Amino acid sequence: MNRHVFDSLEMTGIRKSFPGVIANDDISFSIHSGEVVGLLGENGAGKSTLMNILYGLIQPDEGEIRLNQSPVNFASPRDARRHGIGMVHQHFMLIPTHTVAENIALSLDDAPFFDPVSVINDRLDVCSRAYGIHVDPKAFVWQLSAGERQRIEIVKALLGNARLLLLDEPTSVMTPDEINEFIGVLRAMTAAGIGIVFITHKLEEILSVASRITVLRKGRLAGTVRPASKDTNRSGDTAVHDGKNMETSSGHDEVDKAALARLMVGRELEQIIPGKSPPEDDILFEVENLTVMDDRGRTAVKNVGFTIRRGEILGVAGVSGNGQRELIESLAGMRSPESGTARLADRVLPLDAGARAIFESGVAHIPEERMRFGTVANMSIQENIILKAGHRAPFSRRGIISFSAAANRTTEIVNEYRVAATSIVAPMKNLSGGNIQKVIVGRELADHPALVLAAHPTYGVDIGAAEGIRSHLRECRDAGGAVFLVSEELEELFELADRIAVMESGRIVGIVDPRTSSFGEVGMMMAGAHIPGRAISSGDKP
Amino acid sequence: MFGFSVRIERCQPASTTLSIVIILSAMTIGLFSAAALFVFKGFSPLTIVSKILTGAFGSRFAWMETIAKAVPLGLVGIGLAVAFRGKFWNIGAEGQILLGAVAASGIALFAAPHLPDKAVLPMMLTAGFAAGAIWGVIPALLRTRFGVNEVVSTLMMNYVAAELVQYLVYGPWKGASQMGFPYSDEFVSSAVLPTFYGTRVAWPMLVIVIVAAFVTWFLITCTRWGFETRVIGENPEAARYAGISHARVTIILMIISGGLAGLAGVGEVSCIHQHLTTSAAISSGYGNTGIIVAMLGRLHPIGVLPAAIFLGGLLVGGDVLQTSFGMPFASVNLFTAVILLLLITGDVFLDHRFRIRRDCPASSTAVIAPSDSTCGGKMRN
Ligand SMILES: Nc1ncnc2c1ncn2[C@@H]1O[C@H](COP(=O)(O)OP(=O)(O)OP(=O)(O)O)[C@@H](O)[C@H]1O
Ligand SMILES: [Mg+2]
Repeated sequence: MNRHVFDSLEMTGIRKSFPGVIANDDISFSIHSGEVVGLLGENGAGKSTLMNILYGLIQPDEGEIRLNQSPVNFASPRDARRHGIGMVHQHFMLIPTHTVAENIALSLDDAPFFDPVSVINDRLDVCSRAYGIHVDPKAFVWQLSAGERQRIEIVKALLGNARLLLLDEPTSVMTPDEINEFIGVLRAMTAAGIGIVFITHKLEEILSVASRITVLRKGRLAGTVRPASKDTNRSGDTAVHDGKNMETSSGHDEVDKAALARLMVGRELEQIIPGKSPPEDDILFEVENLTVMDDRGRTAVKNVGFTIRRGEILGVAGVSGNGQRELIESLAGMRSPESGTARLADRVLPLDAGARAIFESGVAHIPEERMRFGTVANMSIQENIILKAGHRAPFSRRGIISFSAAANRTTEIVNEYRVAATSIVAPMKNLSGGNIQKVIVGRELADHPALVLAAHPTYGVDIGAAEGIRSHLRECRDAGGAVFLVSEELEELFELADRIAVMESGRIVGIVDPRTSSFGEVGMMMAGAHIPGRAISSGDKP
Repeated sequence: MFGFSVRIERCQPASTTLSIVIILSAMTIGLFSAAALFVFKGFSPLTIVSKILTGAFGSRFAWMETIAKAVPLGLVGIGLAVAFRGKFWNIGAEGQILLGAVAASGIALFAAPHLPDKAVLPMMLTAGFAAGAIWGVIPALLRTRFGVNEVVSTLMMNYVAAELVQYLVYGPWKGASQMGFPYSDEFVSSAVLPTFYGTRVAWPMLVIVIVAAFVTWFLITCTRWGFETRVIGENPEAARYAGISHARVTIILMIISGGLAGLAGVGEVSCIHQHLTTSAAISSGYGNTGIIVAMLGRLHPIGVLPAAIFLGGLLVGGDVLQTSFGMPFASVNLFTAVILLLLITGDVFLDHRFRIRRDCPASSTAVIAPSDSTCGGKMRN
């Protein structure tokens, strides 16, 4: 694994413009061996662009990259990999129908032509012993959770002898447990001298692992700072290596979470104090005896029932893969249930009639996989805005699309959610990850739906925008709607939800009141422990 | 061999200009490399290419012959462009042409004597469109109802259509006045499309193909159906999420696709042959050449028009090769095949770049690629 020696990398004066937008403007960035450097910024600030430049995917217009003090120029990702740089993109690039070993073999530049899988196992062993990353080479990718897939992407990079890893929002899709484990892996990697660039929108996370944090704002460098040294054992990891680290970082200001947020957005973040209006008494949405199969024909949702009152947010907690996805898809009309009914304001929802019929009944759906379902990458932002309502007025009349109505709606959403876009007719794929999510949420909430089905609505959006999305969900609730919120972030659920249902193995194992419950209790229930007095019947009825 | 290696890498899709450059080079390289094969017969490629080009575009007569072939190719190509936009792989235009021809012939042979003269041609066109559409909708239904792969079903239906035509011209519709040839009786004059004087170009068909191009362009870009077609074509999962009815969109799409091919069949029997003839004579492969036309036109209804003229010219030029050098007509297929292959290969250039390198550091890398070699369009976050 020591083919490459990585000592330091500097990028100076990096500039990159796309038609109509300067994604990176005179940015400097550096990282040393054994260091975790956080890269932070609002959606569209230019983080992915900067890392794509470093990885050779994009050529900068100007600027210099120096690896171990000597200038380099990566014409392609392969070049970058040959210099020991590995990258994990946020949107997965694994082939679901292949096994883990096959996927890894595909990615190795030096895999043998015949039976490449056989060499993988040995290398995987080495890797798991060195960094504590365990993967099962024989598992099929489709069987894995998002967090496990992320781990495979990292293993892929490590087996490619990466000494500098660029991780673009690796934790957005992980569960809290997976994140903890992941942070352990990060520490093992830095201890082995690997440098890690870590992009995330979760500030606590970055404050706890990074030795320095570079913040971008609207394509420019807002500053490089050091986390306030609240604990010493964290810096213990890096101290092993560097005098040097200390040197480089000592010049930087120390920041805490609030200061970091201020640096990111360039102004004070207004603290929104959620005034909760108590839910009304009448039941708006009611699900009974719902049973749903997954793609492989196994029962994923087992005889589930719950109610949501008018003006209520029902959160759903659970380790991903316990039926949440199938549940939400069947309620959205994308997956016919085996049995069961759903009623919205006294009308039975036609769960077998397809997504449009459900949409017409006043149900919005923020899907889990935004690239796969939520958007059409090659179509314009405005066409994506009318993706679901394009068949009816005002977006089409007598079968003719009204592009002016679409443009108006798009402009409203772009302004309301501060979507960073050069034009509303730009292709959707030009948007940054978080901005894509904002477009989806904006589209879904625009028509004042009676019921919102939201899967990870703040996934990949920056803290400011996440707060914005949460307050939009609250508005839906306060306007008398019902919100069904699936999230992996317990903080989000505890902050937003009026009640939290816990799903485990396809069942709702209990419903708790966030005011009287705790992370610990919900965590235990997620893991399948029974908690007396939290039986579904007691918590369910309003 | 020389310590070089070629790498193909994905990058951001390139501009329209590059796309046009690729189309033009595929056409040019295709022409010359297919022509190069005739070196074995003792002709220089240049002679061959110039013979084809003058044969196709060298005189008013040549142009008119080219346009006479471009008309059916255009109609079929527009229809296929629509189908391919919606990811419905209609390989059955050949059969849809034949059904259009049969329906029009039925009207011409049996109804025309009882109809007012002015009504005959509109009736034939309508019947031809309807028959082609029905032939196209069947595989659409098979796919949306039963999940039958449309490549197989459309292809199979071509054979059924061809056999139907053969049965008719050898059997019940065989003309008493045709001295034993497998033709139907000649159409009455009210069933024959008017042409530009001295040519085989039926001007009503020319008008129809141009109107069809603009109308389908409008349908695709501005109507709800067109919008839904594009969503299905670009991301079927998103279409499912949006609740777009796959069946409805696909059926409309095949009505248009099959109907336009049917119209092409009407033009062939009513203008070129003026009777129903054998299946091979009616269409001579327009259904398949139409696929190349649609691809060459970048699945854009307007782009299909110049593409149809180019391939029409190739067919006419091929005829000339046949007559003046005694080459088999099949040699034309060589040209179309090479061009299609190049075109498909050329598409790789659109979102990939090719890098030739000597085995030494990155700096010596030559990049042959879109001038703006920005990469990573597909992998952004
Ligand atoms: N290929 C492209 N064409 C046009 N604009 C682009 C392209 N790639 C990026 N941009 C624009 O550059 C800006 C920076 O994008 P980038 O993806 O780097 O943001 P980011 O910081 O990673 O955001 P996020 O947190 O949402 O992922 C955005 O405004 C984006 O729209
Ligand atoms: Mg990004």
